[in-house]
Amino acid sequence: MSALLVMIGLAVVLGIVLGFASIKFKVEGNPLVERIDAILPQMQCGQCGYPGCKPYAEAIAAGDTPINLCPPGGEAGMLRLADLLGIEPQPLDAESAEPKPRQVAFIDEQTCIGCTLCFQACPVDAIVGAAKQMHTILASECTGCELCLPPCPVDCITMVPAVGGIAAWKWKYPVYPIHTDSRLAA
Amino acid sequence: MRTLHPFNGGIHPPEHKNESTQQGIALAPLPARLIVPLRQHNGNPAKALVGVGDQVLKGQMIGQADGFISAAVHAPTSGRVSAIEMMPVAHPSGLPDLCVVLETDGEERWIERQPVDYRTMDPAELRGKLRDAGVVGLGGAVFPSHVKLNASGLETLVINAAECEPYITCDDMLMRERAAEVVQGIMIAQYAMGAKEVLIGIEDNKPQAIQAMQSACQGTGFEVVTVPTLYPSGSAKQLIKLLTGKEVESGGLPTKAGVQCFNVATVYTIHRAINHGEPVISRLVTLTGNVDAPRNYEVLIGTPVGELSALAKPRPDTSGFIMGGPMMGLPLPDLNVPVVKASNCIIATSQALFPPKLLPMPCIRCTRCAQACPADLQPQELYWFSKSMNFGKAQEYKLFDCIECGCCSYVCPSHIPLVQFYRFAKSEIWEREKEKKAADQARERHEFREYRQEREKQEKTARHAAKAAEAAAKAGVEGGSGDDDAAAAAKKAAIQAAIERAKAKKAAAAPKNVDDLSAEAQAKIDEIDELRAQAKGAAEHDIEAQKSGEGQSTQ
Repeated sequence: MSALLVMIGLAVVLGIVLGFASIKFKVEGNPLVERIDAILPQMQCGQCGYPGCKPYAEAIAAGDTPINLCPPGGEAGMLRLADLLGIEPQPLDAESAEPKPRQVAFIDEQTCIGCTLCFQACPVDAIVGAAKQMHTILASECTGCELCLPPCPVDCITMVPAVGGIAAWKWKYPVYPIHTDSRLAA
Repeated sequence: MRTLHPFNGGIHPPEHKNESTQQGIALAPLPARLIVPLRQHNGNPAKALVGVGDQVLKGQMIGQADGFISAAVHAPTSGRVSAIEMMPVAHPSGLPDLCVVLETDGEERWIERQPVDYRTMDPAELRGKLRDAGVVGLGGAVFPSHVKLNASGLETLVINAAECEPYITCDDMLMRERAAEVVQGIMIAQYAMGAKEVLIGIEDNKPQAIQAMQSACQGTGFEVVTVPTLYPSGSAKQLIKLLTGKEVESGGLPTKAGVQCFNVATVYTIHRAINHGEPVISRLVTLTGNVDAPRNYEVLIGTPVGELSALAKPRPDTSGFIMGGPMMGLPLPDLNVPVVKASNCIIATSQALFPPKLLPMPCIRCTRCAQACPADLQPQELYWFSKSMNFGKAQEYKLFDCIECGCCSYVCPSHIPLVQFYRFAKSEIWEREKEKKAADQARERHEFREYRQEREKQEKTARHAAKAAEAAAKAGVEGGSGDDDAAAAAKKAAIQAAIERAKAKKAAAAPKNVDDLSAEAQAKIDEIDELRAQAKGAAEHDIEAQKSGEGQSTQ
């Protein structure tokens, strides 16, 4: 009898604890989506077929889409996704596997007619201007997604390499021949 | 005698310092053309203030500090700006950078120099003055000094005069010949930060400089501390440990431990800037190595290295030049690069002095590098993680505490270029952090855009609704007149007519085979109709019951 009471008591206590925990520590949204979204490059270019990085992250989390659809993320991004999700890497197609140098859009202000179509297309509001006023790109905000190129009726937008020069330079991976013959090195 | 707190590791490479200290400091001749890079310091490059064709005076600001971590750049002599363009500079990338090219007129006309009395100045004002005078750390790191001076209630001010790297003697000669002015500069730095104690650390291989500084420091309370010759005791963290016993925490600033460290040449330029109103337009450069006339020269910033090095008469077998010391310096790919604020030494190299490096062999994990590391790191592990691009692990092993002194590479029996791996890993990590920051920014902006679009949509519908309501209200107000009554009646009549028409149509479509039925058939139809009505009633009752049930459950 006492064993029964102990078990019932335990069940009640644990039930209360679990019920309390499920309210107190309720998880808002799917944390996996956030983690996938953190790996995606946030270019918002839509090359994956989804209208932005977040929707693609949601699709990956739901498990109904391959992880190799993001060319800006490249091989490295795909590998990190595979690592996070614990699935086999899925190779990118040859063209998108090539890492592209970072680019930003540039508006030729002589040709721009001020039609506002490009900044309606910009996913990160990196183009400023107004109707019949010249538009310009905020290079620091531009993700290089190229979404502003197709709507432009006068083709005044070109992609230029992002800030190069000394500030963007990095040390290369050291490459040297290795001596394997110890007699030679002596 | 102060007790020293030696750091671990360190090496004793051949010093080669005597060659260039046999003669006093000489003034380098004025070149015909000076190339002044706008990026000579850590942080943002200066913004050009002059245009091509402008006449400038000696000491005139030609580049303005851009942002907090930045410093001004000045014309080293009077002349005309002939170009502002990308020119080769001393940088490991070999990439050109934006430079102001000055054609000198040989007149050396100064701007109006305005010495100020720092004792009457607020430290913040003093820092602004130094920023505009282009004062940066001349030990080689060229970090803007006004940023470092932004500290108060300091325990100890350490003056770094160790000059531990082989060949370099410019600080030694500066102290020998201009000790009094160095002391003046220390006073300003002490005033700006309210330092209680000043320690000047000098390696024991510079007895003349020690003596000169000791006599200049008489009555000032500054203490000259002789430290043993050991590379790299001239590194800020290592010197602070050596003199005070305090360790600067990983990733932290020395000021947190109540210490700040300035190079001796930097405090000299602080003195020139404040007490003489002269910005940093020249520096001492040691010309040494495989040359016939090694010596220290006072050189204008922007002097092409090729022209300068000719003064020391390089020997015919000279194979190249290094800017900086042999441990941390940078081989120059091009002799047209200018002397900048960071250039403390130009070494001519030869096969005999700098034999070509032996080909690297695999790491045997002998940990000699760990014994030599002055930053108490595990270089063999850092090498391992950097090589395999395991950057998270490299950071765990405190990659960013590496001062790139080169002790590990120096002692490595496998001749592995270890520092190159650390530099690669560091710049790769910085790059990734930058990318992550950019991605976060893009995400935020994209989310805000979506929110904005949603808001605009709602505003639009609200606006339309308001407009419709307004129109309706307008119609209602106008409805008071007789005309409108008639119109409404006509409308009603029209609707009524339409309903009638629909009814007529429905009647016309009624089943045609029910006109003359037998009594039996009629009875059957009636029965079916009744059943239908019953079923309908039952169904309605059910729905009612369900509804009330739901109502109860929700209540």
